[in-house]
Amino acid sequence: MERSFFARNPSTLIFITILAVFTLGVTLLSEGLGVDVISTSMVKTLGKTLCLCLIAIAMDLVWGYCGILSLGHFAFFGLGGYMIGMWLMYERTKAIVVSATAGAPLPPTPQEIRDGIGTQIFGVVGGAEIPPIWYFADSLFAQLALVVLIPGLLALVFGWLAFRSRVTGVYLSILTQAMTLALSLYLFQNDSGLRGNNGLSGLQNLPGAENVPQSLISIYFLWASAAALALGYLLAAWIVGGKFGSVIRGIRDDEARVRFLGYHVEGYKLFVFTVTAIIAAIAGALYYPQAGIINPAEIAPIASIYLAVWVAIGGRGRLYGAVIGAAFVSLVSTWFTGGQAPDIPLGFYTVKWVDWWLVLLGLSFVAVTLFAPKGIGGLFDMLSGRLAPQRHGADLGPDQGSFREKEAEQ
Amino acid sequence: MSTLLEVSGISVTFDGFRAINNLSFNIGNAELRAIIGPNGAGKTTFMDIVTGKTRPDEGRVIWGEKNISLLKMSESQIARAGVGRKFQRPTVFEDQSVFDNLLMALKKERGPFDVLLYRRSAQDRDKVHALADEIGLSAELPRKAGELAHGQKQWLEIGMLLAQEPRLLLVDEPAAGMSPAEREHTTNLLKEAAKTRAVVVVEHDMEFVRRLDCKVTVFHEGSVLAEGSLDHVTANQEVIDVYLGR
Ligand SMILES: Nc1ncnc2c1ncn2[C@@H]1O[C@H](COP(=O)(O)OP(=O)(O)O)[C@@H](O)[C@H]1O
Ligand SMILES: [Mg+2]
Repeated sequence: MERSFFARNPSTLIFITILAVFTLGVTLLSEGLGVDVISTSMVKTLGKTLCLCLIAIAMDLVWGYCGILSLGHFAFFGLGGYMIGMWLMYERTKAIVVSATAGAPLPPTPQEIRDGIGTQIFGVVGGAEIPPIWYFADSLFAQLALVVLIPGLLALVFGWLAFRSRVTGVYLSILTQAMTLALSLYLFQNDSGLRGNNGLSGLQNLPGAENVPQSLISIYFLWASAAALALGYLLAAWIVGGKFGSVIRGIRDDEARVRFLGYHVEGYKLFVFTVTAIIAAIAGALYYPQAGIINPAEIAPIASIYLAVWVAIGGRGRLYGAVIGAAFVSLVSTWFTGGQAPDIPLGFYTVKWVDWWLVLLGLSFVAVTLFAPKGIGGLFDMLSGRLAPQRHGADLGPDQGSFREKEAEQ
Repeated sequence: MSTLLEVSGISVTFDGFRAINNLSFNIGNAELRAIIGPNGAGKTTFMDIVTGKTRPDEGRVIWGEKNISLLKMSESQIARAGVGRKFQRPTVFEDQSVFDNLLMALKKERGPFDVLLYRRSAQDRDKVHALADEIGLSAELPRKAGELAHGQKQWLEIGMLLAQEPRLLLVDEPAAGMSPAEREHTTNLLKEAAKTRAVVVVEHDMEFVRRLDCKVTVFHEGSVLAEGSLDHVTANQEVIDVYLGR
């Protein structure tokens, strides 16, 4: 009598189909495996965009569904990138050091190789020692585990401290910004052990795949990103589709009421915060090998604010809305800031989009918030016509994260 | 009759203002009780204390056969122990269907992992339908709670309370904003519920209280002024002075 998961979540099937068609299309048009219409750098941009869509889903879960306006999820994204970046950089440098000493009469000792790697990687920050946090850097498996563990643990500890003292609303947002800022400032230091403001670079080179051209690697990463996005979407749809989704949407709109129903609200928030931090970290771990470089500026507080803007523009509280918002805004942003958008000469002044794009984005954000709170995703509601809750303009709950009447009209 | 809830000597001060002043209150296992009193008498604050929302400065709140102190427990623990609460304003989850509202309230494991892995059984579905029948919302199950009329929201909230299967039900001004017919339905719901559990109803409307036909406690300035049958307390000169006379 229970309908299947896909029957209950028709948007899931549509989404996966569109994603599959997109991925196949890009592959067939790519430089690496197709007819060379889409350049490798464009394939990378699209692959990165899929990762951004994945973190947008995480943001939608934590904010759109659970009402926690976290402005710190890019910190987890960045940490995921750093964790995989350490392995990529270490192993790649090791290969270089080994090949450089290959012609020597005596084969290098392991210690000499380690010293060589240390000088290569940390020379820019005036060091030669490999810091203790790079202990596992030669193990792909360990670093992959750390992609999940480090951000997950940070989210768990941070969330536990914040939620148990019942910090909510704006104060929680500020706290997450503070966490992000602290992390990026720490990483900017040379003795953080992660090369300070140089960050980690050369991440596009996969150790052991030196002979595989970037045109192919970019396709593999596109596939991996698409697969991760599909899985993330399914996981999120499963989480929000059942009773758990009911409870967290209840928390978003009126957490006191949920408490009096006997649910331990803090436990639910912690769960959602941590799970979404892990999703964000996985997205980051797929993103930065395609970007090739990660540095502390990526974790700057503003990045996490953009994330909230994407989700708001796409339409929070619906998973495909988050994906649409992230894809649309980040691609348009790439177009504007990449210098492709034509300047507008006004005679007395020339509008250069590189400078004015942010203003445009800010205005769009304000406009969406005021006039179309359901965002781009709201367009899909025009197809269905259900009655709106009659709140006469009031929010659906007393809490700051709660849905506004206009957002719920479906 | 054995005592289910024993509140003794509690006091609460908000910024120097004593909202509850050395208040004591007992209720038995299957008892219906009405609380009346002027605005600001501390009725809502009393419920806040029992449900863990507000911590008293002094006093004891003892619960059940094992004499557990509710003061050490969080709101959700108290709710799981069997205290259900209906707020003054109807608070239902407006963005969710009537069905989902009731399902969320249904007495079940409340931990995040239990809820994540929860699969709705035919039995649970039937329970929700039976509850909806009882509160007269069978036809509204798939509608969003936000679309309901004010009185229907009140019933939905009462239905959610019943779904929790609490041993004690605290109901704050249930009849506010209801039509006479709706009031009667509400009285019947509460009296029915009180057959198997303790029910405390705060209400201003004397007609409503009379129809409940139960023991009445009068609150005034944070303490109990009188207690007994409605006729007994309304004959009390002090009660007439502070509450009825105005
Ligand atoms: N959180 C609070 N902070 C300050 N004063 C409060 C608070 N809650 C209640 N009060 C005050 O305590 C008194 C009792 O309030 P309440 O319990 O709501 O009365 P009732 O429900 O009987 O009308 C009122 O004077 C009210 O202003
Ligand atoms: Mg009151």
